[in-house]
Amino acid sequence: MSNTAKTSATGRPSLGSLQKRRTADVKGQVFLGLLLLAVGLAVAMVLAVLFSVIVDGLDVLGSRLWSFLSNPSSSDPEKAGVVQGIRGSLLIAAIVSVVAFPIGIGAAIYLEEYAEDNTFTRLIEVAVRNLAGVPSIVYGLLGLAVFVQSLRGITGGSSVISGGLTLSLLVLPIVIITASEAIRAVPSSLSDGAYGLGATQWEVIRTQILPAALPGILTGAVLSIARALGEAAPLLVVGAAAFYTTGFQGFLDQFQGAFTALPMNVANFAKLPADNWAGHAAAASVVVLVVVFFINLVAIIARARITKKLGR
Amino acid sequence: MSTETEAPTIKTEIPTDGQTAASDELPSKGVASPPVFTARDLTVYYGDFRAVGDVNLDIGEREITAFIGPSGCGKSTILRCFNRMNDLIDIARIEGSLLYHDIDLYDPEVDPVAVRRRIGMVFQKPNPFPKSIYDNVAYGPRIAGVKGSMDDLVEESLIGAGLWAEVKDRLGSSALGLSGGQQQRLCIARAIAVSPDVLLMDEPCSALDPIATGTIEELMKEMKNEYTIVIVTHNMQQAARVSDRTAFFTAEADEATGQRRGKLVEYDETSLIFSNPNDDRTEAYITGRFG
Ligand SMILES: Nc1ncnc2c1ncn2[C@@H]1O[C@H](COP(=O)(O)OP(=O)(O)OP(=O)(O)O)[C@@H](O)[C@H]1O
Ligand SMILES: [Mg+2]
Repeated sequence: MSNTAKTSATGRPSLGSLQKRRTADVKGQVFLGLLLLAVGLAVAMVLAVLFSVIVDGLDVLGSRLWSFLSNPSSSDPEKAGVVQGIRGSLLIAAIVSVVAFPIGIGAAIYLEEYAEDNTFTRLIEVAVRNLAGVPSIVYGLLGLAVFVQSLRGITGGSSVISGGLTLSLLVLPIVIITASEAIRAVPSSLSDGAYGLGATQWEVIRTQILPAALPGILTGAVLSIARALGEAAPLLVVGAAAFYTTGFQGFLDQFQGAFTALPMNVANFAKLPADNWAGHAAAASVVVLVVVFFINLVAIIARARITKKLGR
Repeated sequence: MSTETEAPTIKTEIPTDGQTAASDELPSKGVASPPVFTARDLTVYYGDFRAVGDVNLDIGEREITAFIGPSGCGKSTILRCFNRMNDLIDIARIEGSLLYHDIDLYDPEVDPVAVRRRIGMVFQKPNPFPKSIYDNVAYGPRIAGVKGSMDDLVEESLIGAGLWAEVKDRLGSSALGLSGGQQQRLCIARAIAVSPDVLLMDEPCSALDPIATGTIEELMKEMKNEYTIVIVTHNMQQAARVSDRTAFFTAEADEATGQRRGKLVEYDETSLIFSNPNDDRTEAYITGRFG
């Protein structure tokens, strides 16, 4: 109705119909306000967490940063450090990279490029999506049964190998899902162009699809590593140690012997009486955050370089 | 001894003469012999849907053949049969026969990868790879196993596609920085770098302005000396300007299922199609009263 009213008799639109509306767009403004509120809350929560761990951990980190980073666990709050946790977490990150990435990315390539689109394939896809939602403690139980008990001969029981493999299983669905999505997002015009020039399927995948999907695959990989580095529950089930004395460890013991990880350090420190151990859990959390931050940074740089090389 | 792995040979067998049943009443009449493609009762299904059926036509060597017709009548579908791009669509299936110089393109012995090296394709939307201009042109030869410097080949191909003068100073920069018309010519250069026998072009100018379109049309006329070209176009004038022969397709509702199915209505010399079409539907379409 307003349109006809504002259109002049000649049928041409009058200026009025194009003028900015004077009355405020209340609903639009309220909606925008809600969105801003949501963003603000999210940022505030992250900042609050960061702020509180940093403040709480400052005592320890400020007074003896180096000894905290380089000492093993100890019953003396003045000496206790997280070097074993750092070592364990880095080894776990390495195991996840070596195990979960190739398998996950390979599975994604198979599902997206080779598998026929039939009921069975779709069933697998649904299963993978559901696995991504399975609570991490369940993976811990699986790891306990398979890696710690059945494969004790290889893993050495409750070892960093068992922990790393368990966390590899945990992040595998995430790797598969993110890699699948990155592969699916590669425009078919690229692969058509390559096929049209006589490329084989493998050549198309290697020269077109994987390079174009790599930034997305990398993002998924980083998410998975961050997830693996933050998990304590499955490691607890697999038998990560609260305290262990390092003494002399042979080469194999490095991988098959007792182990811990940074989230385990956090959990263990938090359980100790607060009067002597107040800042330790927070300080260890800061270390986890810094490690994850650096892994992110590396991935962002790698991603930027790949994207630049692709000329986009 | 197996020669199947040799890239340039599509099939080991030597073409047997006289295999092309030259049925004279088919709409292939008058094609300079021997034809490059011979389609007989070619029918393509997508799943249960019969997209285009009973196509009979011969494509003449070193001629430009234009496919015209309303949207959805199956022009692209038929074109994609010629280099087996339809193989990439899981649900696509063909019936009938399609010969390429007497070789049955859909013979189980034929390797679609080798087919596509001989029969290149240029797509509707320019699709340069996210690589340098040089690497785009060199892509085909490289995967075909050509080693070493390809400077000459790249230059020749870019000259062939009428792009050399515009890009010779920036071969190393990204192909995505070119204009749409330049990108499309790059795609042509990329396609001719593997020295194909045939070029299939699916609406190659639909994303281009009239000047870029004119450039590509001139290019096609030149390339005709070396290549057999099949082009799909929605532009009547373009078909009339560049092609030697024109095939008019249309889609008609099937009485039983109500699905619109494509068919070849008329195929003849372009001058005849545009001056004196045999079929009323052709006339209606080219005069703009249809589609
Ligand atoms: N990948 C596909 N899967 C299913 N059906 C398809 C597919 N590609 C094309 N079709 C159908 O086949 C018919 C012919 O399509 P085609 O793309 O060959 O038409 P066209 O003549 O090239 O049309 P246009 O001029 O719009 O490009 C259409 O009905 C279309 O919906
Ligand atoms: Mg089409």
